[in-house]
Amino acid sequence: MLRFLVHRLLSAVPVLFIVSLVSFALIWLVPGDVASSIADPGATIEELARIRARLNLDKPLHLQMLHWYGNLLQGDLGQSFLLNRGVGQAIAERLPVTLSLTGIALVIALTIGVLSGVIAAVRHGTWLDQSFMVLALLGLSIPDFWLGLVGIYTFAVALGWLPSGGFVPMDQSFAGWARSMTLPALTLALTQMGLLARITRSSMLEVLRLDYVRTARAKGLPDLQVVGKHALTNALIPVITVIGVIVGVMLGGVVVIEQVFSLPGVGRLIIGAVLRRDYPVIQGGLLLLASIYVFVNIAVDMLYALIDPRVRYD
Amino acid sequence: MTSAGVAARFGRWIDPATIRRLFRNRSFVIGFSLFTTVVLIALLADLVAPHDPVQNNYRYRLGEPNDAHLLGTDNFGRDVLSRVLHGSRVSLAIGLLVVIMTGVFGTAIGAASGYVRRLDNFIMRIMDGLMAFPPIVLAIAIGATLGPSLFNAVIALTIAFTPRTARIVRASILVVRESEYVEAARAMGAGHLRILFRHILANSLAPLMVQQTFIFALSILAEAVLSYIGVGPRPPTPTFGNIIADGRNYIAEAPWITIWPGLAIMMTVLGLNLLGDGLRDVLDPRLRTEGR
Repeated sequence: MLRFLVHRLLSAVPVLFIVSLVSFALIWLVPGDVASSIADPGATIEELARIRARLNLDKPLHLQMLHWYGNLLQGDLGQSFLLNRGVGQAIAERLPVTLSLTGIALVIALTIGVLSGVIAAVRHGTWLDQSFMVLALLGLSIPDFWLGLVGIYTFAVALGWLPSGGFVPMDQSFAGWARSMTLPALTLALTQMGLLARITRSSMLEVLRLDYVRTARAKGLPDLQVVGKHALTNALIPVITVIGVIVGVMLGGVVVIEQVFSLPGVGRLIIGAVLRRDYPVIQGGLLLLASIYVFVNIAVDMLYALIDPRVRYD
Repeated sequence: MTSAGVAARFGRWIDPATIRRLFRNRSFVIGFSLFTTVVLIALLADLVAPHDPVQNNYRYRLGEPNDAHLLGTDNFGRDVLSRVLHGSRVSLAIGLLVVIMTGVFGTAIGAASGYVRRLDNFIMRIMDGLMAFPPIVLAIAIGATLGPSLFNAVIALTIAFTPRTARIVRASILVVRESEYVEAARAMGAGHLRILFRHILANSLAPLMVQQTFIFALSILAEAVLSYIGVGPRPPTPTFGNIIADGRNYIAEAPWITIWPGLAIMMTVLGLNLLGDGLRDVLDPRLRTEGR
């Protein structure tokens, strides 16, 4: 198991290298002069030179790269232009909101998605199965930020049950925090629930056909135990492998959802930086989201290897 | 393998039997109808739209839906129905361009990776690295860096989605590469290019078509996000995302500006998803895994 972990961590090194290279290279895509795209239109030559110096653009390419990687290895992501602080610090302040939102959404999506997938599989071919699958496909076809806006209209504007946006820290008021997180988390979860329900259903259908399930039924075990214990444990394996993919999609979705609901997370930080050309923040944000994705996938692989020992010998 | 044999394989999805099977598949039929409707609307937008989509009319700002404006008007007094109809044209065009470009680059990269063993590891690590970014965030960052415009949005989405296509093409090439008829073609002295194009790529088309249908769906969703954030085609050009972005500040007074373009996205993407499900079931049943 340890060997598998080490192997997996080592294989992440080239991926992380590419990730950091892409983040670094983003600034090359700026059409024309980077400094004048950042500065105010009336900026003086000295101001432009100062911006270039801050981004190391006045140095040759190999030194720029050396700087980027040197700082990166020390955990330094550079300085934000607009926030007047380090990119690392700005991200660290906002990370808890993003992580808790993604985490809550993942739990909701897993619970409801797996449950409805199991129900659809057990009631295979009935109207319940079909309506669940139609709903699942609808979920995959809805733009999540739009769903958020519709949620705001329904639950904040029309019904007045929940706030239309904004964030209440947990240590200030737990109820306020829960209310501010409900709509964003549900929005983020709803679109991924469908995918989970579809996967659970198809893998459950396969498992339910197997001999050992028939044996369990034949020896008179109650239905709930056969489905819930014998079948589900095995049917969940494909679901676990897809968690990594889902986290990836959610990390993209959370960026936009935070913007829609005005939540002070990393996503809103990135969008703000994108709109105001604060390149160090964009680069740091990209790097962080991709790294989270890489490590979540390693964790998923470990979990998978723990459940299914055959994987370890690949 | 004879050229007739190749043609038979190549023609697997254009022969009448396959088309009959496709039109007996419920997902495909519903998806096909939905998507064809959207395409027709996009093509005929000039004829069916009751008003000019970019004509401001401040007397009718935020007007409720009525006989003259079936879906109401927006904050500039523009007809929402006409904007949605014309928006479908821009959004579909972006989706189609992304499908073509990811198809070309993804196939080239996937083929190089799958066929040339020495390149495989190197290319796939780069693809893994690109795929570690949430595609939508990568597209936002690239699109914003290049500057908001239709073509920059297409470039951004192409970079974000090409790795997926490349992976699918590579995977199917790895399977086909080892098959007996490829060995036979090689034994008969066929050159690399001939083997690659006539034998290997021709037989990787089914998974590629399925994948590109889903990329189309993802591109429509992603275009909406890019435009909503403000890094898509510049306003007043109507796209699904631009219309939603116009509506967001008036969600309390004029929810119709936001709701209708979203439903249009849903209809388009649902159509494409059903179409993709149907194509997959008929053309390549082995692909019945749910991951995308």
